[in-house]
Amino acid sequence: MSTGVRITGVGLHPFGRFPDRGVTELGVEAVRAALADAGIDDPGDPVDAAFCGTAYAGVAAGHKVLGALARTGIPIVDVEAGCASGAAALSLGVTAIRAGEARRVLVFGIERMPRGMIRSSFFEPWREQAGLAATPAYFALRAQRLMRERGVTKEDLARVVVKNRAHGVANPDAMFRTPTTVEEVLASRVVCEPLHLHMLCTPNEGAAAVVLEPDDPPGRDGRAARAVTVAAAVLRSHLPGSVLGEATPLCGVDDTGIPSPTRLAVDAAYEQAGMGPEDLDVVECQDTDAARELLAWEELRLCDPGAQPARLAGGHHALGGRLPVNPSGGLLSKGEPLGASALGQVVELVRQLRGEAGARQVPGARVALGHTVGRGANASAVILRR
Amino acid sequence: MSTEGGGPAPPVLDGSFEADPPRLLGTRCAACDRVAFPPHGTCPYCGADRCRPVRLGPSGRLWAWTVVQTRPPGYDGPVPYGFGVVELPEGVRVVTRLTLPLTDARFGEPVTLRIVTLHPEGGAPFSTWEFIRTGAER
Repeated sequence: MSTGVRITGVGLHPFGRFPDRGVTELGVEAVRAALADAGIDDPGDPVDAAFCGTAYAGVAAGHKVLGALARTGIPIVDVEAGCASGAAALSLGVTAIRAGEARRVLVFGIERMPRGMIRSSFFEPWREQAGLAATPAYFALRAQRLMRERGVTKEDLARVVVKNRAHGVANPDAMFRTPTTVEEVLASRVVCEPLHLHMLCTPNEGAAAVVLEPDDPPGRDGRAARAVTVAAAVLRSHLPGSVLGEATPLCGVDDTGIPSPTRLAVDAAYEQAGMGPEDLDVVECQDTDAARELLAWEELRLCDPGAQPARLAGGHHALGGRLPVNPSGGLLSKGEPLGASALGQVVELVRQLRGEAGARQVPGARVALGHTVGRGANASAVILRR
Repeated sequence: MSTEGGGPAPPVLDGSFEADPPRLLGTRCAACDRVAFPPHGTCPYCGADRCRPVRLGPSGRLWAWTVVQTRPPGYDGPVPYGFGVVELPEGVRVVTRLTLPLTDARFGEPVTLRIVTLHPEGGAPFSTWEFIRTGAER
């Protein structure tokens, strides 16, 4: 099973802080790299449609990027879906090809985040004034409930950071490339108990791009050998009821039995791909904060609820373990440029499936899952296979 | 700092609470019977448009809590301040400020609603709701 669409090219602008570069420049670099990787960087090579994921880049941000490359004239659609913006753009691109509307689609995500705590127009002004719009405080409450309900400790949260930062050392596109220790993480300042500064990802800047084409029978040309099939690309929103869900309502009810947006997305993706968690070789998941990754493990059906501490202790989801999660270093190493983060995962996973991930390569990886969740709520699940 | 008593300061959100005695104002859906806060015209859980006003509180139980150490964007009030979720006997969990200190707070600990006035730096005072650990009111 598959969507009938494959990824023929990927490109990335590293994630970090680039004071001298505008968001358009970041996008141009990523798009140019993806077109070159797909072997279609001659200006005469046609692209039929483009979708650009971004939350903060403003009006017609995608047009500016493609305008700089003289690639306009085609439909260009900017897509905002919070942390899942890039995956939403991917999902639309896949749909355009499946519908026969396009043969070749460019999908990219760009972002240049303001520094510090993320401000979102999502919250009404009165709610900011009342102090009820502190994003990391919501993460903290979710972390506290996870600790209570799953037996997760603060040391476990630090271990997630240690794992991802160890992975990030081998990623030249990451913002933080030094390893850390449990002691060091717990010594960083408390942002909102139980979350310390190093347990939270850094909003930053970056861009990522992919080229999509129909999954015609392989062997058509030399590029086909490196192509990766999109087995599923799913976007979902939240169901009502969960007070600490990513929709961040002001009230909720007992949400036992209400599936989270991540669960909705991943179950639909598993069904679309005709696969399950047992088929996965490598995963990139949303680690906005350390607890978010541990929650994702069970939402994505990688482990049973409450199995997280044992999985951490056994290195199950570290590089070299049974199912590596966030071999790129995750957002905890890369930082999070909202519109680019989901496609950044896709770029990483394509490199993993091609065997081009260097020192962080998961040996023999054939099936990969990418996951984002955030404001909206929006959640995405992308399954790729070689 | 926050001070007790609603006084004349306008509420941060019209129609979200009463000051004397302290009560939150919400709605109960006539179709699904679930409670929402602040008042909703359409039930956020089931979409029915038969929501009736209901007064909530003043007693609740602590369900989740943390302390906000630095001012988030758009907030000019005092820091640090408590923030969390309180479970009300009406069957609803509400997002709320919490009165400090929260040292050694426990899950399920009784808390009591109160209305406080905040004096934001460079802005006009306003009143808002907050929960305080029961017994710590004095």
